[in-house]
Amino acid sequence: MQKHLFLGVEAIGQGAIDGGMSGVYAYPGTPSTEITEFIQENELAEQRNIHRQWSANEKTAYEAALGMSYAGKRAMVCMKHVGLNVAADAFVNSAMTGINGGLIVTVADDPSMHSSQNEQDSRFYGRFAMVPVLEPSNQQEAYDMARNGFQLSEKAGVPVMLRITTRMAHSRAGIIRKDVLEENQLRLPHDPKQFILLPAIARRRYNLLLQSQDAFLQMSEESEYNKYLDGPDKSLGIVACGISFNYLMECFDGQCPYPVVKVSQYPLPAKMIKRLRLECNQLLVLEEGAPLVEEMLKGFFDESSIIKGRLDNTLPRAGELNPDLVAKALGLEVQSGMPVPEVVANRPPALCQGCGHQDVYRAMNEALAEYGRGRVFSDIGCYTLGALPPYETISTCVDMGASITMAKGAADAGLIPAVAVIGDSTFAHSGITGLLDAVNEKANMTIVISDNESVSMTGGQDSSAYGKIETICQGVGVDPAHIHVIIPLRKNHEEMVELFRKELAYEGISVIIPRRECIQRASRRKRNKA
Amino acid sequence: MKADIILAGVGGQGILSIAAILGVAALENDLYLKQAETHGMSQRGGAVVSHLRISDKPIASDLIPMGNADLILSVEPMESLRYLPYLSPLGYVVTNTTPFVNIPNYPEVDKVMNEIRSLPRFVAIDADQIAKETGNSKVSNVVMLGAASPFIDLDFEKIEDGIRSIFARKGEEMVELNLKALRAGRKFAEENR
Repeated sequence: MQKHLFLGVEAIGQGAIDGGMSGVYAYPGTPSTEITEFIQENELAEQRNIHRQWSANEKTAYEAALGMSYAGKRAMVCMKHVGLNVAADAFVNSAMTGINGGLIVTVADDPSMHSSQNEQDSRFYGRFAMVPVLEPSNQQEAYDMARNGFQLSEKAGVPVMLRITTRMAHSRAGIIRKDVLEENQLRLPHDPKQFILLPAIARRRYNLLLQSQDAFLQMSEESEYNKYLDGPDKSLGIVACGISFNYLMECFDGQCPYPVVKVSQYPLPAKMIKRLRLECNQLLVLEEGAPLVEEMLKGFFDESSIIKGRLDNTLPRAGELNPDLVAKALGLEVQSGMPVPEVVANRPPALCQGCGHQDVYRAMNEALAEYGRGRVFSDIGCYTLGALPPYETISTCVDMGASITMAKGAADAGLIPAVAVIGDSTFAHSGITGLLDAVNEKANMTIVISDNESVSMTGGQDSSAYGKIETICQGVGVDPAHIHVIIPLRKNHEEMVELFRKELAYEGISVIIPRRECIQRASRRKRNKA
Repeated sequence: MKADIILAGVGGQGILSIAAILGVAALENDLYLKQAETHGMSQRGGAVVSHLRISDKPIASDLIPMGNADLILSVEPMESLRYLPYLSPLGYVVTNTTPFVNIPNYPEVDKVMNEIRSLPRFVAIDADQIAKETGNSKVSNVVMLGAASPFIDLDFEKIEDGIRSIFARKGEEMVELNLKALRAGRKFAEENR
């Protein structure tokens, strides 16, 4: 049988194609990006003309996927964990509308914050919306879940969440593909009012969702992904969620002496968990992310300290798990090689040599020197690295689009000048509405849209505002006399400093657009041409 | 058979190309493989690491437990030291000696090299120089793979097949160049281990 060497994210992309998906919708975000990239480059996806263009943000992506489901076809929407905050309105309400064609929402969490501003656990969202959640323990399961998840969604009548974490997303293993399923035909929902969440209908839909919970639980109990694995030593029972199951097996070379409930589908398989509790003296909960299962099992009044995990410091409260942390939690000896010599210096990420953002920050620092520090609000992207030496230009990085809106709030408070630095793609994602607020109130601020014509931090995907930024700003109502485009190059330094000085002094909204293609993207383009 | 390998370097140096060759070699020989990579922010010039595990038995964890790596293969000297806690007591460090200096506080190269030379088992190789001599400075990563190959429990021919398979679509010339780089690296390691 032919094995394919796939990253977890690629396995999901292949699984979705093989599961009869008609469209993937996504905005790039580590560690989820390569799912869509895989589908974009896939031959069968091209033959089938599966929708695979990037969306402007996670909310537009989610809603488009829901629209495809409404029309009867199977769709997947992919995002990183914080992207689900953006799409949360659509997600939670889509549990109320239910689906027509199968809908999988794939969310990639980033515990330990390798490339993120927080490590929120998307399983909470799944529980909040009351939909089934799948959490693969290995790449084969990731493939199977993506492929079979549409059928599960159609059976459950609601979207299904496929939750992965960084290590699952970005680890490769051999997987075996299964038959390719046909796509669904175009077919309107059986109930013409299903998707109209007017209160009277919404109450009915909500009751249906509540009544479905027992069925979802039953699906978990019978799921091929959840297993009760008995063991001879009943002094401890282990609940191992998602990828943590692998770390557990690593500790015992595949032969765990304790009974284990392997959890890869939620709601929690209650019968298995209860059996484990009955048969074992203590329970250890292994889960990647927050202590969600542990808190559920512990409850508010349980002070019996029977349940071990992240809440009682058996495992660290924050950060991703690994085989060493799990071994320590099991009381096993942890080996370690030699210590890291003192001579080894930290090597944090940095802006690439020759990157246009560098020229922007050099010019901004000079122009802002007379006002002092603490006036530059920034956003999510490569340019966030302007927080680090040698630039240290920016004072904030919170969420997509927050540069413009926070600068506006600070300007409202009297911080003059207030400056926002945002990238072209982030502007398209969530900056435009904030700019509209600022224009409507004639806020006194300077907005720098550092335009490298791509979504760069995630690998140079197409930016949906490409070629449209000045038009968007004008359309929103910025005075064209205060919209400036400049090429961020060292030779233009003096000109840039002068422009920044002039617009910082202007009382009103200015938009400065330093524009030069991302050097990584430019060199990739040249390589591909050659 | 089992090979737990830490691949180390700096974002942009292309350590994943090494992993890809070994991955093909492993899969085409019906071996199990897991390989955890670093994507995202660190790829912008930060420290990057890949855990590569090959075995004739199913592999559980995507990450190598500490003190278990048979080999640290680093394409940059300082980075070869960052993951020493993962090295098994019998493991080898195989590192390129050409520093990649992109931070203001990069230590003196002599100090880094002294630390490497104090390791019980190591190969320090100027892969950039050997790559140049081979005919193309871009094949230094394949020189590094060659230098590490004596310490990986895979037939050398299988690794050569991996090269052929990976570079086939780039033409016979590229295949030959990379095979030459691989053999040059191996030769150096065998003479200097």
